[in-house]
Amino acid sequence: MNGLFKAALRNALRTGGILFAFAVVATALLAYTFKLTQPSIERSQQAEKLALLSQVLPHTLYDNDLLSSQRHLPPDPRLGTRQPSAMWVGRRDGAITAVVLEAVAPEGYSGDIHLLIGIDIRGGLTGVRVTRHNETPGLGDYINRQKSTWVDQFTGKSLSTPSRGQWGVTKDGGAFDARAGATITPRAVIKAVRNALDYFSRNRNMLIALPPAGQASPAKEKTDDDSH
Amino acid sequence: MTATEFRTLFQNGINKQNAGLVQLLGLCPLLAISNTLVNALALGLATMLVMVFASGAVSGVRNFVPHEIRIPVFVLIIAALVTVIDLAMHAYVHPLYLVLGIFIPLITTNCIVLARADAFASKNHPLHSVVDAFAMGLGLTMVLVVLGGLRELAGQGTLLSGIDLVFGENAKQFVLHVLPHYQGFLLAILPPGAFIALGLLIAAHNWNQARIEHRVRAAVPAAA
Repeated sequence: MNGLFKAALRNALRTGGILFAFAVVATALLAYTFKLTQPSIERSQQAEKLALLSQVLPHTLYDNDLLSSQRHLPPDPRLGTRQPSAMWVGRRDGAITAVVLEAVAPEGYSGDIHLLIGIDIRGGLTGVRVTRHNETPGLGDYINRQKSTWVDQFTGKSLSTPSRGQWGVTKDGGAFDARAGATITPRAVIKAVRNALDYFSRNRNMLIALPPAGQASPAKEKTDDDSH
Repeated sequence: MTATEFRTLFQNGINKQNAGLVQLLGLCPLLAISNTLVNALALGLATMLVMVFASGAVSGVRNFVPHEIRIPVFVLIIAALVTVIDLAMHAYVHPLYLVLGIFIPLITTNCIVLARADAFASKNHPLHSVVDAFAMGLGLTMVLVVLGGLRELAGQGTLLSGIDLVFGENAKQFVLHVLPHYQGFLLAILPPGAFIALGLLIAAHNWNQARIEHRVRAAVPAAA
């Protein structure tokens, strides 16, 4: 009995030791790969974010490093956010010209639609992009700029143009087109964009005075190429 | 490795034991990602790459792994390899990563990778294991491509849409609008369409196998 117990124990220790050795080797391999790839990954993520930001904010509007201008905003029902979101501030010759807000349209056909909204200092939209959504492929996914130019119609609009009642799809008497068969999705996006504009106009002075989040920005040299 | 062994491995991978049509393994990503041809091909190639590396690695350490803990060790190896490939793609081929990013970690959970590691690579020489993994991956990729092509054609009336995400904006001209002014058939793109299309493919494969068997059986008495 004692011998059997000893044999079982020895076997358990041996297999455990082998498993441990494999775990150590795998962890070392992963740690090494992570270390090796991390700088490139960070660079491509920053470049990706910057490319997205520059889609909602025309280059003529800013000459600062957008990525380092990031601020954190507390969750707000008008932004549709339940977690702190980010804001980026565009400056030209030192003066604030525009902001880019992250917003969420919670009333999408299948869940949240994440938006990036560029607003100039006078409250006009400089661009809107959908960054993440789960809308039905082929029906509601035309809000994605890669599928159609639908989101482009927001550019240049503001709280006053079109008027309050016109902020809806044409089917509801509004000023925005929507494809037949999918009106829930554009309704949600239009409402979220309008709410974000509302948020900006109510909190403008507070937003502009926010201190930066203090982010190091390795992509600095990239923005310098873009300016002027 | 002889030519016959080589041929047998490929016949098994592509036809007789095809992962998608016969073994019915790894169906979760197969059904989820096969909504367009480009997605299907990309996932197929990525899976194939992981399978080749995983089978090679598993076969290389097969004599050091006790039988009782082989599954955790194999899962560990596969997960580590997938993570390495994921990180490497993220760092060095970022545009492709943006398209495939969410599918790559999914490969860890694809049971065909573990199945080949356990059923074949843990008992065979690394060279055989790598060839087997390549053949199995190729078979799976072929099914994925057919499935993706069928669903895209039925769903959107196009082929190769989304190719610009892999090869850049200029590749948009390669998108084939096979059925112009097509209204679209949503069912084909949604998950039920994947089940229906795969069912049809399996039926076609079985019918073909039965026909071949029937012919062989009919030919035997005549020859004797």
